[in-house]
Amino acid sequence: MPDWPVLAACKAAGADPLRPAAVFRANRVIASSAAARSEGIYRGMRRRESQAKCPELLVFDEDADRDARLFEPIVTAVEELAPGVELVRPGLITVPARGPAGYFGSEESAAERIIDQVPIECQIGVADGLFAATLAAQRAQLVPPGQAAGFLNPLPITELDQPADRSPQRAELVGLLRRLGLRTLGAFAGLPETDVASRIGLGAVLAHRLCRGLDPRPPDRRKPPANLEATQDFDPPIDRVDAAAFAGRGLADQLHGTLLANGLACTRLTIEARTEHGEERSRTWRCAEPLTPADTADRVRWQLEGWLTGGARPTAGVFRMRLIPEEVIGATALQFGLWNADGDGPGPADDRAGRALARVQGLLGPDSVFTGVLGGGRSARDRVRLVPWGEPREPAADPGRPWPGRLPEPSPTLLPDRPDAVTVLSAAGEPVAVTGRHLLTAAPHRVALPGRRPQLVQGWAGPWPVSERWWLDLIPDRSRRSQHLTRLQLILEQSAEDQLALLLAFDGHRWWLEGAY
Amino acid sequence: MSKVAVTPDIASLIGVDKANGAGLSKGDAVRGRLLPVREELATVLPWAGLRSGSTVALPAPGELGARALLLALLTEATTAGSWAAVTGVPGLGLLAAAELGVAVHRLALVPKPGGQTAAVAAALLDGFDLVVIAGECLPADQRRLSARARNRGAVLLPMGGWPGADVTLRCTGDRWTGVGYGEGRLRTRHLTVTSDGRRAAARPRTTTLTLPTQPAPLAPVRHLERVS
Repeated sequence: MPDWPVLAACKAAGADPLRPAAVFRANRVIASSAAARSEGIYRGMRRRESQAKCPELLVFDEDADRDARLFEPIVTAVEELAPGVELVRPGLITVPARGPAGYFGSEESAAERIIDQVPIECQIGVADGLFAATLAAQRAQLVPPGQAAGFLNPLPITELDQPADRSPQRAELVGLLRRLGLRTLGAFAGLPETDVASRIGLGAVLAHRLCRGLDPRPPDRRKPPANLEATQDFDPPIDRVDAAAFAGRGLADQLHGTLLANGLACTRLTIEARTEHGEERSRTWRCAEPLTPADTADRVRWQLEGWLTGGARPTAGVFRMRLIPEEVIGATALQFGLWNADGDGPGPADDRAGRALARVQGLLGPDSVFTGVLGGGRSARDRVRLVPWGEPREPAADPGRPWPGRLPEPSPTLLPDRPDAVTVLSAAGEPVAVTGRHLLTAAPHRVALPGRRPQLVQGWAGPWPVSERWWLDLIPDRSRRSQHLTRLQLILEQSAEDQLALLLAFDGHRWWLEGAY
Repeated sequence: MSKVAVTPDIASLIGVDKANGAGLSKGDAVRGRLLPVREELATVLPWAGLRSGSTVALPAPGELGARALLLALLTEATTAGSWAAVTGVPGLGLLAAAELGVAVHRLALVPKPGGQTAAVAAALLDGFDLVVIAGECLPADQRRLSARARNRGAVLLPMGGWPGADVTLRCTGDRWTGVGYGEGRLRTRHLTVTSDGRRAAARPRTTTLTLPTQPAPLAPVRHLERVS
């Protein structure tokens, strides 16, 4: 499915998929639609640059859950024609070609049947091995058996950096090979494997095998012992996604406990769910990196979310879930550091806290537990982003910028979710406003907080005007608006010992209680 | 076992204090774990810190100075590596927390526990060294949560009335400096904190917190000058 993240984002947002659109991670394009590409937008471009090239570009954030959820109906559609479907990532499915090809007569007719079956546009390629097949699908080619290496030879070396197994090491490797003057996959494949191994390293050997049209890992992989799978029965059966996600987390821990005891890690996992009425849904997930418990729990959640909220809802709750490791490798790849406790990595106290927070999320739902990340911005509210527990902690804006116009320390200790309107009166009893030149029309004398009697102002400081994002007013059809505020600090007399300090903001019409100290 | 050896052992049990506080020594910090607090607050807490297993009541989050006191109480412990969770305090200013020195990445917030404050707090007490709860709690739940904190070696910090608390902290004064009449800006807060409680904390003690401890220096004032 070419550009699946963009398609999924357009579908979720109800936007026309023919419009130029792109999905961004950390301000870089990770996927763009065909219309956007024709405007000159390519992977890795900065957001600002891409918006400059194509002002009507629809900008979406990356959302793995959304991609996986919307992909579920497509997997179901393919599964009806071709058994043995494996998800590489949302947007990319692999199917063993021999079965459908035999049944429908040839690979071409099987591919046509699948294209007809899938509700949206898709591309199919056939080749030996996952890597060659992925590239063949991007070019809609059918590569005959045994000719994968010939197909790969003329392709540019950058194709090694596929989204499915994107890692910094792989991107580095591609850069290195380019600097060495190896511009095509064939040129790299022509190097002797022993030289690649001794000069570049293990990751390069895997890439080298890919370029030669072989399986990435050597074929002597271990077969998993039979007792690795994790099964759990639920009584009462689960019919809510959050409950299923919570159960999936426990099951993932159980599976990884067993794997760890055997010194193994899993790279291909089948997740099987069965309802009380005997309906069964099973998916195989393939991963370039060994799955961590959190990855496993994510995949359980994605799969069940697609099933329990999708079109083909099961008629009863899930009563049994099984996780079956299909492919395992040595666990050294997944080893956590032994001396992490006093470094940046998680220590035992962090693990304990994380488990407690996961339990609270089980009680109240995933969006109930937050940790804060400090970032850039001008107001105390903009500078803090509350991140639900378990999601990546990234600041909303770059804290390293100067941000002129922000108020100095100390900051308010209370930032109401919904600011209340406040009445500010002058000594004459007139409402105080702010002029176009950012001056107060009169000195504040009394302030009435919502539901309270007016209180005497004992001191005030300001006004401090801030005009933020004024350029947004120039672009119609945007959810974020510009912000023109004038801030004022006030001190109200409470008693002989107590003073209440407030931060008010004037938006051109009225005063709002932005914070209390 | 001789009589001499028994006494310190009993005193070291969590939740057991001698009435006059005389048995408290540096050894208590080793046996019952002691979480560090700011210097000024150490003078009003009976163990010169937050002892694990204890319950220290704070004023309700809507009261004057309560949030600042809470954040000031969490600073040293979170920077020393303890995790803190705050339940039922929506809109807590995390930027203010960071400015006071709280390690924000070890501060978890559950702003809206719904009607399940007690269940959430019980779950948090399993994994956190400091658990702050605000909101309605039945007396039976209060006793249970205090007992759980004692059992898990966590510090329970309820905001609002808590009859069985070991120590109760109150804000008895809150003054600001830096703001004039149309000039200056809020610079320094002087928060007076009074403690009382049971046993070793029975004698009321008062201290004044200066927040922030070292106010940021004033930026040099630039005046407009005539250019022509």
